[in-house]
Amino acid sequence: MFDRRLVQYFDWGLLGAAFLLGLIGLIVLYSAVTAGTSNQHNILYLKQIVWFCGGLTVMVVFFLFNYKILDRWGVVIYLICIILLVCVLIFGKYVGGSRRWLAVGPVTIQPSELVKIAVIIILARHYSRYANTNGLTLIDLITPMALTVIPFALIVKQPDLGTAMLVLLLAASMTIFVKIEKRSFAYLMGGATITFPLIWFFLKGYQKQRIMTFLNPDRDPLGAGYHIIQSKIAIGSGMILGKGYLKGTQNILSFLPEQHTDFILSVLAEEWGFTGSLFLLIVYLFLISRGLTIAYKCRDNFGTILCFGITVMIFWQAFINVGMVMGLMPVVGVPLPLISYGGSSVITTMVGIGILMNVSMRRFMME
Amino acid sequence: MIWVLAAFFLLTVRLFYLQVIEGEELRRLSKNNCIRLQSIDAPRGLCFDRNGVLLVDNRPAFDVNIILRDAVPVAETIDKLSKYIKVPSKELMEKIDRYKGLFSYKPILLKRNIDRNTLAAIEVRKFDLPGVIVDVKPRRYYINKQSASHLLGYLGEINSRQLQSKKYSGYRVGEFVGKVGIEKTYEECLRGKRGGRQVEVNSTGQVRRILKTVGAQPGHNLFLTIDQVLQQKAETLLNGLAGAVVAMEPSTGHVLVMASSPSFDQNAFISGLSHEQWNSLVSNPFRPMENKAVQALYPPASTYKIVTAIAGLEEGIIDENTTFDCLGYHKYGDRVFRCWKRTGHGKVNVVRALAESCDVFFYQVGQKLGVDRLAWYAKACGLGSRTGIDLDHEARGLVPTKAWKRRRLGMSWQGGETLSVSIGQGYNLATPLQMLVLTSAVANGGTMYRPLILKSIKTAEGLLVRKSKSRILGKLPAGKKTMEIVRKGLWQVVNNRRGTAGIVHVDGIDISGKTGTAQVVSRKKNDTANKKPKANFLKPHAWFVGYAPSDAPEIAVAVIVEHGEHGSSTAGPIARDVIKTYLQKERPVTANR
Repeated sequence: MFDRRLVQYFDWGLLGAAFLLGLIGLIVLYSAVTAGTSNQHNILYLKQIVWFCGGLTVMVVFFLFNYKILDRWGVVIYLICIILLVCVLIFGKYVGGSRRWLAVGPVTIQPSELVKIAVIIILARHYSRYANTNGLTLIDLITPMALTVIPFALIVKQPDLGTAMLVLLLAASMTIFVKIEKRSFAYLMGGATITFPLIWFFLKGYQKQRIMTFLNPDRDPLGAGYHIIQSKIAIGSGMILGKGYLKGTQNILSFLPEQHTDFILSVLAEEWGFTGSLFLLIVYLFLISRGLTIAYKCRDNFGTILCFGITVMIFWQAFINVGMVMGLMPVVGVPLPLISYGGSSVITTMVGIGILMNVSMRRFMME
Repeated sequence: MIWVLAAFFLLTVRLFYLQVIEGEELRRLSKNNCIRLQSIDAPRGLCFDRNGVLLVDNRPAFDVNIILRDAVPVAETIDKLSKYIKVPSKELMEKIDRYKGLFSYKPILLKRNIDRNTLAAIEVRKFDLPGVIVDVKPRRYYINKQSASHLLGYLGEINSRQLQSKKYSGYRVGEFVGKVGIEKTYEECLRGKRGGRQVEVNSTGQVRRILKTVGAQPGHNLFLTIDQVLQQKAETLLNGLAGAVVAMEPSTGHVLVMASSPSFDQNAFISGLSHEQWNSLVSNPFRPMENKAVQALYPPASTYKIVTAIAGLEEGIIDENTTFDCLGYHKYGDRVFRCWKRTGHGKVNVVRALAESCDVFFYQVGQKLGVDRLAWYAKACGLGSRTGIDLDHEARGLVPTKAWKRRRLGMSWQGGETLSVSIGQGYNLATPLQMLVLTSAVANGGTMYRPLILKSIKTAEGLLVRKSKSRILGKLPAGKKTMEIVRKGLWQVVNNRRGTAGIVHVDGIDISGKTGTAQVVSRKKNDTANKKPKANFLKPHAWFVGYAPSDAPEIAVAVIVEHGEHGSSTAGPIARDVIKTYLQKERPVTANR
């Protein structure tokens, strides 16, 4: 069973990039949590190391078996994740007015993170069977839409708008990737332009606030707008070379909101400057390009779509998070993959990377 | 891939812009950390009466704050400051310690509402007191001292439980919220939206330039249904007594008066009560903190005879001409139930029985009805359930039934108790507001309206936000004929030579009503601790409910005077004077009448 070519085709570059990101994450996280005033945050740093090791283990698990199994078990994985989401709404912990976490023994998990992978798998499974060269028509799209909307609605209910939008973006990107028939595409765009104003009515007050703040930061210079401004000051004040490790004043004086999760890039940019930030972007770009290459090189549809989905997930998260802290996008809770603190996010990304390696290793096995 | 490259290119450009092009400026901003936030409190909405008379206002007050980052050396600054604001520096340091290390750039409140002299002293020595900031804030002011205190309510600092609750999300520590009355019920409307500004300060914390400002949005103004002139008249009449006066427009349910006595000074709550002040309010045997109109329960006494009459007429137990012979007492088994008039009323029909409040007549009606049938009518008249007025802690009252007694007291119903209940004694309990709703339904021909205290909400600019609509609670369980008979009885209470409330009669105004004298059977034993009012506590409560003019009522009133003895002697005259004031006042003609 064990083939020497498995090692030969092993994507060392991808592993290196993931490892590098994790390392950068831990370094920056150390600065972010120790710069604060209280000591209890140090536990977060140790926890993240544990999560990262756990993530590596999970990654290994996910490239050991043949990814075809995911095709076979796609529906089960999807259903389990949906059940977890329902459980969150029933048993979840309330933190800051929303229910996102589920306590399982000593750890708390965030099922909305895991569900991203599940959606990618189920859509890859579906499209690998039904996609054709003419493109998908509106009728073809009913099933994938349902598959997306169910988790989307459950996540919105928590409410976690950032992750919900991410699921939607993921699904949309994958659908466009497998090609939609031109006329159907036009209809969809038309439909979207009509429904977006409707969605506005369903948003919670603070969510509307954030979008309004993004469109016009002067509206709320004390709340979210203040965070954006402070974040911009942090990033900008890093200048070309940065203020030096553990020397970010914005970071030390707690001017940054959520400096160890969503706004961790501000800490990095302040302390490492344009050089450091650019380096981080390049590592992401490398990771994403590897992912896309694997997707294109894979010779079966399932593998291609699967890899594309995972890559696009990492891409969107990085893009949204970086855009957000620099004031290019509204403040939505999307973590920076492998850098931000958060166990579920690390595990999810590592699972994704494990799958990418898996596909990359087994591309010779196609008949 | 092209898309990805484009996206990353965009991010890089932005990064370059922020870190390289704007870097210099942003580094400067971060180095001094000189950006401060100042919040601009929204002025709370004002309250007006139905005629636009201002009841609750905001007045400027000056608060002393400190920003630790700018107040270096802190200990020295605090020492100096403590002399001017006359607070020991130890106490000030304690306040600061609570926030230490958290937000060194955010102002910490040290003292509220300093007087003008202190303000002047601080302003003059501004440069000697780095980091000390005097903030001008709107402060609640209740214009008419002690007037409508229970209805309007007061503000207090938000407590930690409220801060954690969902309802109060977005509130900050130290903020004032409505604690009681209208201030609490309409907190959301009154509150407005806080604004703020970002300022750049110099090294002593003085504002050098304002970067951004967002104006505060003032809260909405409330226009109440209360008539302040009438309210104050009622309060004057209640002065020195314990009790309540409520009045409303029978055609709409608009509450015109809600007075509860004794009252309290709301302004004292804003500055913060001392322990002694609070204790004296709480331990006062006349319960000044209680809104007696909606929270206090009394046996409705003879005012309840309206219900017994309706039940008797509707069930066919009596008609207009049925008479009972009142000998001054009524025998039931081996017990004797007395009429208030020991010599007896002789042969009386229902109209006369109401007018002269003959107990014997209603004992017999009640006995024939049975308690459960009577209770059904009482409930249909709105007793035993809340009226749904927009105020907290409204009492529900009690309509006893056989099942209720078995459930609550574990005893079976005694036939004699039905007799007590049918004249409004026994287990019966009602709030003055419930009796008012019932009376005004009798006045308007049978419609019970939910009492309204809010007429409309307007923005600070005067644009209408919401207008209250009258809501019907239900209809009295009485036909036209029954209503006519009851109204005739109530008219004779005031206008018949033999009626119980001849004292209420005023020339030129046609008033109808019903008196009541509620027996105080057993007061709480611990009340005996107070020596002076002891004798008083055994006297019965005095009731009067009524409306005028009788044929087209414009006002209905319910009055209760605790330990006022007879409805006719104390409660009646108060109701009379309230009605007189209302109907004889020069008022603009309302179009919808």
